Amino acid sequence: MGEVIVITSGKGGVGKTTTTANLGTGLAVSGKKVVLIDTDIGLRNLDVVMGLENRIVYDIVDVIEGTCRLKQALIKDKRYDGLYLLPAAQTRDKNAINPQQMINLCDELRSEFDYILIDCPAGIEQGFKNAIAGADKALVVTTPEVSAVRDADRIIGLLEAHDIKNPRLIINRIRNDMVKRGDMMSIEDIIDILAISLIGVVPDDENIIISTNKGEPAVTDSKSFAGQAYRNITRRLMGEEVPLLDLNVSEGLLSKMKKLFGFKSA
Amino acid sequence: MIDLIKLLTRKKESSKDVAKERLKLVLIHDRSNVSPQFLEMVKSEIIKVIQNYMDIDEDTLDIQLTKTNSDDGERVVPALVANIPIKGMKNAGRSL
Ligand SMILES: Nc1ncnc2c1ncn2[C@@H]1O[C@H](COP(=O)(O)OP(=O)(O)OP(=O)(O)O)[C@@H](O)[C@H]1O
Ligand SMILES: [Mg+2]
Repeated sequence: MGEVIVITSGKGGVGKTTTTANLGTGLAVSGKKVVLIDTDIGLRNLDVVMGLENRIVYDIVDVIEGTCRLKQALIKDKRYDGLYLLPAAQTRDKNAINPQQMINLCDELRSEFDYILIDCPAGIEQGFKNAIAGADKALVVTTPEVSAVRDADRIIGLLEAHDIKNPRLIINRIRNDMVKRGDMMSIEDIIDILAISLIGVVPDDENIIISTNKGEPAVTDSKSFAGQAYRNITRRLMGEEVPLLDLNVSEGLLSKMKKLFGFKSA
Repeated sequence: MIDLIKLLTRKKESSKDVAKERLKLVLIHDRSNVSPQFLEMVKSEIIKVIQNYMDIDEDTLDIQLTKTNSDDGERVVPALVANIPIKGMKNAGRSL
C-alpha cells in the first residue's frame, strides 16, 4: 500500500513545487514507484519544473470528471523508471474538485504506487483542503523568514485539526553566511519556534534555478549542493537515518577556491 | 545620562534575534486564534479554580487575549485579561 504525502507551506513561493519534483525524482531513482500530483489548479507548474509540459494531454480535472481514465492522464517520465505525473488543470479553478474526490483519487493510486506526492497550492482555501484531504503525512516547507515561518505555524495547526499527525519540516533556502553573521534565523531557531521534527534543510543554491531552467530536478545533479540535500531527504523519507548536511562544507570549499584564484571572499 | 549609558552598553541585537522575538509574539496570538476552543478551555479552568473561593457571575465573565505594554514600557506584549464579577465570598475564602 502506497503512502500519500502532501507538500505544503501556507506562504507561496517557498519551494513546494521544487521539493515535490526533487523528492519524487529522488524516490524514483531509488527504485520506488512514484506519482506526483499537481493540485495547484489554474497555476500549474510541476509539469515545467519536471520538464514534462509538452506531454500533457489530460489533467486531474479530466480524471475526476470522468473525461478520461486515470491511466490515460498519468504522464510517464521516460528518464526515470517508475516516475509519473498527474498534472493540474490550467484553465479551471480550485472548485472543480472537492476533498472527497481527492480521497478517492488517492485511494485508487495507493494500490499502484509506493509514494504519492501531492504538490499543494499556496494558501489555506479550497486548494489546500483538496490537497491535504487524502494525505497520510505532510511535509511543511518554510524559508528562514518571519512571514514564511508564521504561515508554516498556521499550516501545522490546520494539519493537526485535519488529523494529519506529526508533519515534518523542510527548511529551504538557508544561507549559512547570513546565519553566521546573525542575519538569518538558524535551523535551531526555527525548530525552537515551530516545535516539529525536521526532515531536512536545503541550502539556497543557484543550481535550483539552473535545473528548473532545464526541467531536470537538481536531485540528479551530483555536483549540486541543494541536490545533495534533496538526496538526503529522500533517504530519510524512506526511513533511513542520514546526518544533516554540513552547510559549512561547500562554503568552505567555495571560499578556498575564491582565495586560490584571488577573488575577495564574499 | 542614564539613557546614554543604556544606549552605549546595550548589546547590538542581531536581526535574526529581532525576527525570532517578533515571531514568538505574533504566534501567541495566531495560535490562540486557530482554535476558538482555546479561550473556552482557559475560561472553564479559571472558573473551576475561582469557584473554590468565590461566587462569580459566570454569564458576564469576560476573558480575552489582548496586548499591553511591557514593564519597561518598550515593547508591546500579549496579555490575558479577565473580567470576573464577584457575587460573594465562599467560606473557604473568608476563613483565610
Ligand atoms: N533552495 C533553493 N535555492 C534557490 N532557489 C530556490 C530554492 N528553492 C526554490 N527556489 C526558487 O524559488 C522559486 C519558488 O519555488 P517553487 O515554485 O518551488 O515554490 P512554491 O512554494 O511551489 O511556489 P507556489 O506557492 O507559487 O506554488 C522558484 O523560482 C525556485 O526556483
Ligand atoms: Mg508551487
